[in-house]
Amino acid sequence: MGRGGDLKAATESTTASALDPERDTFPKLVRDNARRLADKVAIREKDFGIWQAYTWSQYFEQARLIALGLASLGFARGDRVAIVGDNRPQLYWAVMAAQALGGVPVPIYQDSIEREMEYIIEHSEARFAVVEDQEQVDKLLGVRARCRHLQHVVYDDARGMRGYREPGLMSLAELTELGKKFDASHPAYFDAELARGAADDVAIICYTSGTTGAPKGAMLSYRNLITTARNAAHFEGLREDEEVLSYLPMAWVGDHVFSYAQAIVTGFTINCPESAATVLADLKEIAPTYFFGPPRIWESILTGVMVRVEDAARPKRALVHFFLRLAQDIERRRLSRQAISLWQRLLYPLGSLSVYGPLKDNLGFSRVRRAYTAGEAIGPEIFLFFRGLGINVKQLYGMTEASVFVTIQRDGDVRLDTVGTPITGVEIRISDAGEVLFRSPGVFQGYAKNPEATRETLDGGWIHSGDAGFLDHDGHLVIIDRAKDVSRLADGTMFAPKFIENKLKFSPYVREAVCIGQARPCVTAFINIDLAAVGNWAERRNIAYTSYGDLAQKPEVYELIRGEVERVNASLAEDEVLRGAQVKRFLILHKELDPDDEEITRTRKVRRGYIAQKYATLIDALYSGQDRVQVEAKVTYEDGRTGTMRADVVIRDVGVPAPVAR
Amino acid sequence: MTRPGPLLEVAGVSVRFGALIAVNQVSLSIGHREVVAIIGPNGAGKTTLLNAVSGFYHPYEGRIAFEGRDRTHLSPPDVAALGIARTFQNVALFKGMSVLDNIMTGRLMKMGGSFLLEALYWGPAKRQELEHRAFVERIIDFLEIQAIRKTPAGRLPYGLQKRVELARALAAEPKLLLLDEPMAGMNVEEKEDMCRFILDVNQEFGTTIALIEHDMGVVMDISDRVVVLDYGRKIADGPPSEVRSDQAVLDAYLGVAHE
Repeated sequence: MGRGGDLKAATESTTASALDPERDTFPKLVRDNARRLADKVAIREKDFGIWQAYTWSQYFEQARLIALGLASLGFARGDRVAIVGDNRPQLYWAVMAAQALGGVPVPIYQDSIEREMEYIIEHSEARFAVVEDQEQVDKLLGVRARCRHLQHVVYDDARGMRGYREPGLMSLAELTELGKKFDASHPAYFDAELARGAADDVAIICYTSGTTGAPKGAMLSYRNLITTARNAAHFEGLREDEEVLSYLPMAWVGDHVFSYAQAIVTGFTINCPESAATVLADLKEIAPTYFFGPPRIWESILTGVMVRVEDAARPKRALVHFFLRLAQDIERRRLSRQAISLWQRLLYPLGSLSVYGPLKDNLGFSRVRRAYTAGEAIGPEIFLFFRGLGINVKQLYGMTEASVFVTIQRDGDVRLDTVGTPITGVEIRISDAGEVLFRSPGVFQGYAKNPEATRETLDGGWIHSGDAGFLDHDGHLVIIDRAKDVSRLADGTMFAPKFIENKLKFSPYVREAVCIGQARPCVTAFINIDLAAVGNWAERRNIAYTSYGDLAQKPEVYELIRGEVERVNASLAEDEVLRGAQVKRFLILHKELDPDDEEITRTRKVRRGYIAQKYATLIDALYSGQDRVQVEAKVTYEDGRTGTMRADVVIRDVGVPAPVAR
Repeated sequence: MTRPGPLLEVAGVSVRFGALIAVNQVSLSIGHREVVAIIGPNGAGKTTLLNAVSGFYHPYEGRIAFEGRDRTHLSPPDVAALGIARTFQNVALFKGMSVLDNIMTGRLMKMGGSFLLEALYWGPAKRQELEHRAFVERIIDFLEIQAIRKTPAGRLPYGLQKRVELARALAAEPKLLLLDEPMAGMNVEEKEDMCRFILDVNQEFGTTIALIEHDMGVVMDISDRVVVLDYGRKIADGPPSEVRSDQAVLDAYLGVAHE
């Protein structure tokens, strides 16, 4: 079947036990794709300003040579390979190469600082590392002395590497050459190794940067990943002609499943952006049909749109605002099964023509058939914004430990407040304590070298998600918050911090928020402003500022944010359960929360415990009635050096609307 | 490919503006693949010396030789044609043009062909344009400015404009690159990036580099050799470690009275 062949839903639903031994690992599946879809584009990368394409047969051949190169360096079955870098075809090939030899790839976040990298490499006992460029090589060489197992470091981009003479360091081009030589002398080696792989081997170890403690390495088998990827592809009707933009970190299980597992299982095309800074431009050029992003990506796209709208001339601005409000209103009614007036039905096509269509085209969403938001709850307004434009964004609930997919909102059954129904093969149960438990073919093999954590999470085949939630009467899963974060104020009022934080973060001016309130008299908040949006706002008002810290403490900015907090309070006042938990006081942090400072994880989840400890003085000040507090903070630079920052932080009170009696 | 003798030879060069002697009988030589820093207090004649080398000023006395051939009195375009490119102390980009177009202008020296074919974008003209574009894309990749390829240069922050200027100079495939305060006005991070780029250019393309810089940390880190000017005269010339402890240099920087 060639590219033009008829395109049907590529896969059948598969039960846990039935994997064809000829197609039960990713390298075997790629070999299959290389035969079936030899000339179909598997992967594109924008390089030197042009989208360079590689077919499935090239994909297989490149990965094969890398594998043989590794073999010539003495790669043994079971060896771990650290993979570090931006999304690059070469790194996806390296993943397959390791797997083809019975090894286990261990992707690591490319923005990790040395200490984090050292922990994962040492813990996973990686002997090999395949990395993108000099930046990563430098980090690896920095930690190498303390990583006993690490012997070989292979880099893709040779720039700046000319002067390096360290033993065990070579370029991917050199490795591929070694592979060719090895192939000539061992012609049957690769096929034999490939055939030895089996469905229940560990396919990958994904280290999850938990909000507490050290990272844990979740081990997923081929069976876990292939079955789950297939089931989800079937559930969603994915096709061979999907186009995906692979822009999320390779170390995140989501990218591994979407850009690697599902791409291989269904044979669709993935596209690697030119650089992290060009993602939005590349998104527009590719116009993917299948897109996934955590809420922060959707938020930042929305912020980008709003900033540009505010810069437009007044009539245009009014037009855009009018139609966006209309679209959101219609979508809200549609999702809550309310009637849509004839007037609105007539206006919507006009909006499509003048606003929604051009906007979608500009953002690169004109061809999207389905898009997911996952990883965190998404602000309802953000969700409505994109759906209102006619983009089929759906909520997905997943975990690393489940090979991602647990629930998805089916087409035509999308709700604002649920994360959908279980996909094929997933069973969900709510524990007596209100925790979400599930069981599926994707349930992982345990945490590497951490039986204790495995026992805590995996109980009789059921995964304890750590999320508080319930199943509604239609079988939709509703997630309230992290189970351990839901608590009560001193007077017994229920307090779900993330719920409030998400409301705050819908404001284009708020990038991050942390709410405090457990066993306290009232709710207070730390705010991180969005530098791009607030900076733009300040420029239009001729407010001069020098840096994030300076802008954050401007009285005008405090007024702006106070308005946003009051808006959130007004919306909380309408919620029967949570109306008592409104934000009474807030401060704008003098610095941005940063994964390098361990305040948030690399996937931008707030680490509450750590923040409460680090900013104890600020929290005390919030509850002591002061209107100003001095703070000293340690900052960690990208190269691991640390410095101290001193700042004066202002605290503001917020008006709390009286609860509306209904 | 190393040739015998220095790449650039400046012998007893003086530049005068009326009665003011901005550069006074300075001699220096720059070898192939060297990174040489020219430092000195304000008004020491550093930029004037650079201008003399790039043909913008003509020396009042002395001679300048490039690759062993005398070229004291060439004009800037002729100098550029020889393989000397430069960046400016105050960024000199075409502000309304995109970054890509700005860098493409660096290839002008290498472009030939007829106006008509160029206008029609046909035949050899098209082939030529594609080749030049491919080369420019390599530089864009090298300097990591993909994200601003289509942005008008004037809208960029200062640090990036400096990088674009470097890109344009590199587009000419120079043998000798003259950088006039490439790191002025940058923050620490931008400076570190720029240092890395300068060293990478030197290593990857084998380009010889002469730079004027005030940040001593940078100078000591990246240069093979440091030349110190003071009041138009050369007062020191040697490896960074030597120059750092040279008494004449310390005097010049610490402000010992001149007679």
